[in-house]
Amino acid sequence: MHKSLDPRVNRAALDVEQQIEPLGELDQFQTFEVFHQKKRGQQHVHVGIVHAPNANMALLYAKEQYSRRGTTANLWVCPSSCVTATEYFDEDIFETTNEKTYRDPAVYKVMDRIKAYKERQGK
Amino acid sequence: MDFFNEAHVDAAKELLYKMADDQLIIGHRNSEWTGFGPLLEEDIAFSSMAQDKIGQSEHLYGLLHELGEAEPDTVAFTRNAPQFHCCHLVELPIGEYDFSLIRHFLFDMAEAIRFEMLANSTYEGLAQIARKYKGEIKYHTMHANTWVKQLGTGNEESNTRMQNSLNDSWNLALGIFEPGPHETTLKEAGIFEGEAVLKEKWLELVTPLLEKANLQIPDESTWEPFYGGRTGEHTEHLQPLLDEMTEVYSIDPTADW
Repeated sequence: MHKSLDPRVNRAALDVEQQIEPLGELDQFQTFEVFHQKKRGQQHVHVGIVHAPNANMALLYAKEQYSRRGTTANLWVCPSSCVTATEYFDEDIFETTNEKTYRDPAVYKVMDRIKAYKERQGK
Repeated sequence: MDFFNEAHVDAAKELLYKMADDQLIIGHRNSEWTGFGPLLEEDIAFSSMAQDKIGQSEHLYGLLHELGEAEPDTVAFTRNAPQFHCCHLVELPIGEYDFSLIRHFLFDMAEAIRFEMLANSTYEGLAQIARKYKGEIKYHTMHANTWVKQLGTGNEESNTRMQNSLNDSWNLALGIFEPGPHETTLKEAGIFEGEAVLKEKWLELVTPLLEKANLQIPDESTWEPFYGGRTGEHTEHLQPLLDEMTEVYSIDPTADW
């Protein structure tokens, strides 16, 4: 018998010699993807997963796992099986060549023009 | 505090002690599941609610301190079983998860209504606490109800287990509503409408929820509430719980944590 400093462990009378069989596939709950909204009107942002037997219980767990720090207005959950994803094999489709930086708003130097505009408005 | 007289203070103390002791003891009991929950997410949720309960009790012990009782830590950790006012329902060992869930359901539904009734109490300090914890307790009842419905309508084994636990817990739960010596004072002062009103409201709330969960409330002819907890008569399970809960505190009661 396992002796622990924690009286709860001793009460549970855990048999450490016993072999634990891994769970079969259907013994595991499915996972739900959790989306968290900070304030009304803002986007829901993906924050992680929870295991649960159904969506209602997934919401219960999502609340405890993902909304205990900071503010929360709303949570979504949806079964992970509903997600269709790209293949990592195809990751190269996201690559952008250097010649196309003109598409990136950061390359435009406009602050001086914005400042000039604001000054005109100020007058 | 706008109490009119000494009788109101005594009545308020009696009410606060039983509420706070219920929360502290059920909070401690439920925390015994930490690390042993049926799945990780549930372990976290149940432990978090247990912590909420202990936090609520600390707040109520704070009110008692304002009324002249000792510091919250002293009140929580230095009394023996006969000085506790919790009902028997919260003292019992955690048993199997079905029992802990049914207890969580029956107790938290009563607590939710009690806090709702107290939200408009003339005792402003208590009314503020009741309003502050509204959302926290709402989650506790959502959690309890979702589980009870899930297992009550699950399969034959889960339904049988829940039904047996409900049968075992019912008279214990009725013990929550043990009438106190100050019911009339509390009502007349507008502090609290009383245990009898609370019990009626509780029955109205849990009856349809248990029906939806395919669980039967024991026949009314068998109802025999477990009274005594409010006046310090407890089951054999409370003192060992207190010994364990206060083990570290007792090593050095003056330690600064």
